[in-house]
Amino acid sequence: MTTPTAMLVAHKERRRATRTRSIKAWYRNGSLMAGMIITGLLVLVAVLAPVIAPYSPITQHLTDALQPTSPAHWLGTDKYGRDVLSRLIWGAQVDLRVGFLAVLIPFVIGSILGGIAGYFGGWLDTVLMRIVDIFFAFPFYVMVIVLVFIFGSGEFSIYIAIAAVSWVSYAKIVRGEVLIAKKQDYVVAARLGGMSHARILVRHIGPNVLSQAIIYGMSDIVMDIMAIVTLGYLGLGIAPPTAEWGSMINDGQEFITTHWQQATIPGLVVVVTSLGLSWLGDGLSDLLSPERRK
Amino acid sequence: MTETPVLRVANITKTYHLGSTLIDKLSRDPNKHSSLRALDGVDLRLNKGEILALVGESGSGKSTLAKILVGSSTATSGELDYHGNPMPTHRSKDASRRIQMVFQDPYSSLNPRISVGSMLKELLLLHKIVPRGEVKKESIRLLNLVGLEEDALDAYPSQFSGGQRQRIAIARALAVRPDILIADEPVSALDVSVQATILELFAQLQRDLGLSILFVAHNLAVVQHLSQRVAVMYLGRIVEVADTAELFSNPRHPYTRALIDSIPRMAAGSVNDEFVLEGDPPSPFNVPSGCRFNPRCPYATDACREIDPALATVAPGHESACIRADELNELAAAGTKNN
Repeated sequence: MTTPTAMLVAHKERRRATRTRSIKAWYRNGSLMAGMIITGLLVLVAVLAPVIAPYSPITQHLTDALQPTSPAHWLGTDKYGRDVLSRLIWGAQVDLRVGFLAVLIPFVIGSILGGIAGYFGGWLDTVLMRIVDIFFAFPFYVMVIVLVFIFGSGEFSIYIAIAAVSWVSYAKIVRGEVLIAKKQDYVVAARLGGMSHARILVRHIGPNVLSQAIIYGMSDIVMDIMAIVTLGYLGLGIAPPTAEWGSMINDGQEFITTHWQQATIPGLVVVVTSLGLSWLGDGLSDLLSPERRK
Repeated sequence: MTETPVLRVANITKTYHLGSTLIDKLSRDPNKHSSLRALDGVDLRLNKGEILALVGESGSGKSTLAKILVGSSTATSGELDYHGNPMPTHRSKDASRRIQMVFQDPYSSLNPRISVGSMLKELLLLHKIVPRGEVKKESIRLLNLVGLEEDALDAYPSQFSGGQRQRIAIARALAVRPDILIADEPVSALDVSVQATILELFAQLQRDLGLSILFVAHNLAVVQHLSQRVAVMYLGRIVEVADTAELFSNPRHPYTRALIDSIPRMAAGSVNDEFVLEGDPPSPFNVPSGCRFNPRCPYATDACREIDPALATVAPGHESACIRADELNELAAAGTKNN
């Protein structure tokens, strides 16, 4: 730290060190790796469902109903003679798709509205945030169940119901982050650089505030899958005979004493999925927040 | 004085009103002062190609003035001329380009998610400074100008030290080819060893690019060898302006004298050895009547408690807002003898 040259040299070394550290952090991050492996395997299973599922998930074989576990049916069959393993595999497709899409829609809507409210402030902020407060006042499940009831059961109305309820969380998170970010000098500098508000919000503030919303989104996927499972259990979810984990738990329940695997295994899969996504969210939060990447 | 200054402010005021919500208004004590005059009639001119230092304590309004000059804040009243023409309140893209700012905190002033190269590229393309094909060349030129290497282009701000970040912030300010640079305490957040290199960079930019620089500092020592002129600010007003050498050798305001004497020195024999300022600056909510410096001034008289002196020329190119400016030297000499 004596001469400028020495400082430059020291600095260059430090810079190289930081760069390798951030790459190492990527695979040394245990929860991120565990989350990626679990979620990756589930996504793989869902994508490859037509190839790896040994039987059709919906074709009924009433003569083979309620088979125990066997080499032909690893997890036995349900009361309509459908292979439980095949339904589990196809169910991954439905549950993961609904989970991701049900997060994507409110994520986009909430982030845009929250970003605008936080950045521009004033009456716009007041109005938007009071609307958010109103939505927050209702319990999540009550709202979702009421909305699904209104729109009728099915995948599409699940998207609408969950989006209508959960955009408020994203709006709140993004607004809070924007309030902090917009006070930073780099935003002032961007204004002095002659940039428009839209450009500053999207290009300069956006990348700094979305990481929190993405992390929340990961745990929200878990919550949405649970919601689908719950709705399926209540008979408001995906219409039968489509294979879906929630309805499988519901159907398997009545045979719990004789064919325990019919309800228990889908339940365990839901738990493992949640765990994987939670870990992924944790790992992403370490990776996406530069201030925590030390 | 005959040449048109590149930037001139006249009688600038900035008032902040506190407690603007309904609850605040209802619960407010009617005897309490609720508005704050951060700037109270500031006159200042920045000449072409000079470094003008703006010095004052925390809370004297230096940063507020800097923000008004770059247009990120608007004055409550007063004039702001750019090359002799009034600057509009809402600046166009090109008008804001001409006056750029270097911030105090090089951590908050660089976007952590935008690499140095794309930060410069965005500005160069937005203002059509160079054609698209020459963006990289121009970016490298800017980096070299502030003492950085080409490899900084792909790096992110978190990969740099404080001094390096400040260099990047300066490169960003220069990217849009401004003719005025407002530097708001650009070295006060840096290590002392790095401060000198950044100060040298400012001197070099003035020399090589002919930039006019307003350099805000809270410490006279920092600007002694950098600036051509110094303006001293106290409680929202300029109290003395002079050429740097003149100001240090012949200060004509007691506050300036106190600032000079507060610089730690290895050798004796400065203008005045024993002059320690007592007390804190008064609250800007409740500015003293008369001269705003009178409660802390050792030479205050009854007249000082009544007359609010304006900046007046005491020597060619030397202005002071003190009614006893002419007798200050004798007073100080007498005071030293008495001690």
